[in-house]
Amino acid sequence: MQAKRIAGRALFYLLVLCIIVYTVFPFYWAIVSSLKAGSALFQVEFWPANPAWDNYAGVFRGQPFARNILNSVVVSVAVVALSLFLAVTASYALGRVRFRGRGTLLMVVLGVSMFPQVAVLSGMFELIRWLGLYNNLMGLILSYMIFTLPFTVWVLTTFMRELPKELEEAAIVDGASPWVIITRVFLPLMGPALATTGLLAFIAAWNEFLFALTFTLSNDMRTVPVAIALITGTSQFELPWGNIMAASVIVTVPLLVLVMIFQRKIVSGLTAGAVKG
Amino acid sequence: MTTAFDTNGLPAQQAAPAARTKGSALTRQRRRAALIFLAPMVIVLALVAGWPLARTIYFSFTDATLYNLEYHEFIGFLNFYYLAIDPQWWRAVWNTVFFAVVSVLIETILGMVIALTLNAHMPGRGLLRAAMLIPWAIPTVVSAQMWGWMYHDLYGVINEIFLGVGLIDLPHAWIADPALSMYAVIAVDVWKTTPFMTLLILAALQLLPGEVYEAARVDGINPVKVFFKVTLPLIKPALMVAIIFRTLDALRIFDLMYVLTGNSRATASMSVYARQQLVDFQDVGYGSAASTFLFLIIAAFTVIYITVGKVNFDGQGGK
Repeated sequence: MQAKRIAGRALFYLLVLCIIVYTVFPFYWAIVSSLKAGSALFQVEFWPANPAWDNYAGVFRGQPFARNILNSVVVSVAVVALSLFLAVTASYALGRVRFRGRGTLLMVVLGVSMFPQVAVLSGMFELIRWLGLYNNLMGLILSYMIFTLPFTVWVLTTFMRELPKELEEAAIVDGASPWVIITRVFLPLMGPALATTGLLAFIAAWNEFLFALTFTLSNDMRTVPVAIALITGTSQFELPWGNIMAASVIVTVPLLVLVMIFQRKIVSGLTAGAVKG
Repeated sequence: MTTAFDTNGLPAQQAAPAARTKGSALTRQRRRAALIFLAPMVIVLALVAGWPLARTIYFSFTDATLYNLEYHEFIGFLNFYYLAIDPQWWRAVWNTVFFAVVSVLIETILGMVIALTLNAHMPGRGLLRAAMLIPWAIPTVVSAQMWGWMYHDLYGVINEIFLGVGLIDLPHAWIADPALSMYAVIAVDVWKTTPFMTLLILAALQLLPGEVYEAARVDGINPVKVFFKVTLPLIKPALMVAIIFRTLDALRIFDLMYVLTGNSRATASMSVYARQQLVDFQDVGYGSAASTFLFLIIAAFTVIYITVGKVNFDGQGGK
């Protein structure tokens, strides 16, 4: 009986170990590969014998990668700020005021979040060119609203609806206008919800590929995912895998740090009520 | 990116303002303010979603080209006719459906196993849950490149490991071989999105009442039986939401295939096909027809989701 229990325990931890290796190994391998210079890259060894930073330097030499990172930061921050501003004001109306067509509007917002991006590609291309925003970061910021706005509006509306109504009543009695109610009464309470939705919007904008690939043209305007997808080396027959791995590590590490700091919030944001029953 | 929403009691009435009793002038003022606050969001959404969608559907009935969008002629259903007789398009439809069904199925099973493991009490559980977020947070393009390198036919670590374990006799070209490339793509997607499934299932598991399990343990009921008779029915609503969201996401997949295998016919999804027609071949009319078709499929799924959601998750009966 005792032996059986120990065996069961050992099997369980073996399973846990398998899960960890499965989840972490690909990224570990990217780090190891990025530290191998020259021909070391083409030997499979699970620990770099002579770690070297050549690949990291190579990434910035081969293309305007610093500029690409800056582009991604600018686009993602602007997308977060804009979608949070639009979503906070809208969620007040959707969450706290009763008017005709509210349910329908929320359904439409939910519907937009299901749009396949390619379904709006030609219309969006025309719009962006017409606005003169082709190969311009502004065009990306605008187009990214299609996938960040629906879920920020949705999550913040759910949150706004659950705030106690006594707060609002007291403010109304004091003669506060709706704008004052949002900015002075509700906004200070929404910190956690804003952090969660903001972070999810940031990650979504940071990782976006299809629009960034289609609506930018020059190396200088590319965001990080497009730059990484299109890295080509000096030889047209072999991709510079070392550089690609280094670039991958560079853009992923800050993201992972953010995710680790905010992991609890992310988990609650991802599950956003899906399981509340 | 996937996010699951709460469709629970959506148009709920409880949120109605208490101010209603305080005179209609106040109510009117609030309504007016609400409309002003809503307007920016509605305008932006109409501009970036409604209008482009309408134009895409319009273009699908024309012969517009990318280098000359303005001058085009209405050609009726001709694009859809060409689409219907193009075996490459049907290959893309099949690829997408096959990809969606297989990867969501594997993700669900794997996510369930991992969630049940993480649900057990053990030291370092928080750390494990944090590790689960790594594949989820890595950009799809980056995971495609990481796996592309691991799949490399000459220097890839996967060939090395599989040869070492004796799983294969010869190194395989996982990406280039049309018979293998779809499975290679699915494996990356499973790796990247199983964490999403796991976290949703885990959240549902942690809400289950402990007494039921205590009782089952005292009665000496087989754990497997407990899982199928108790756990599964209880987490079914959450599981359904997760599965539907993942399926919708899988049906519009683009970046994974594009980066890993390019426009290769063996793996091209509907999105890859539509973009290739639109941008690479500059055929906006035909590409838009393909996009519109994909949109209709996803719209049908969405309607089913919202209807099912109403029935299953809306205890109070919605309106």
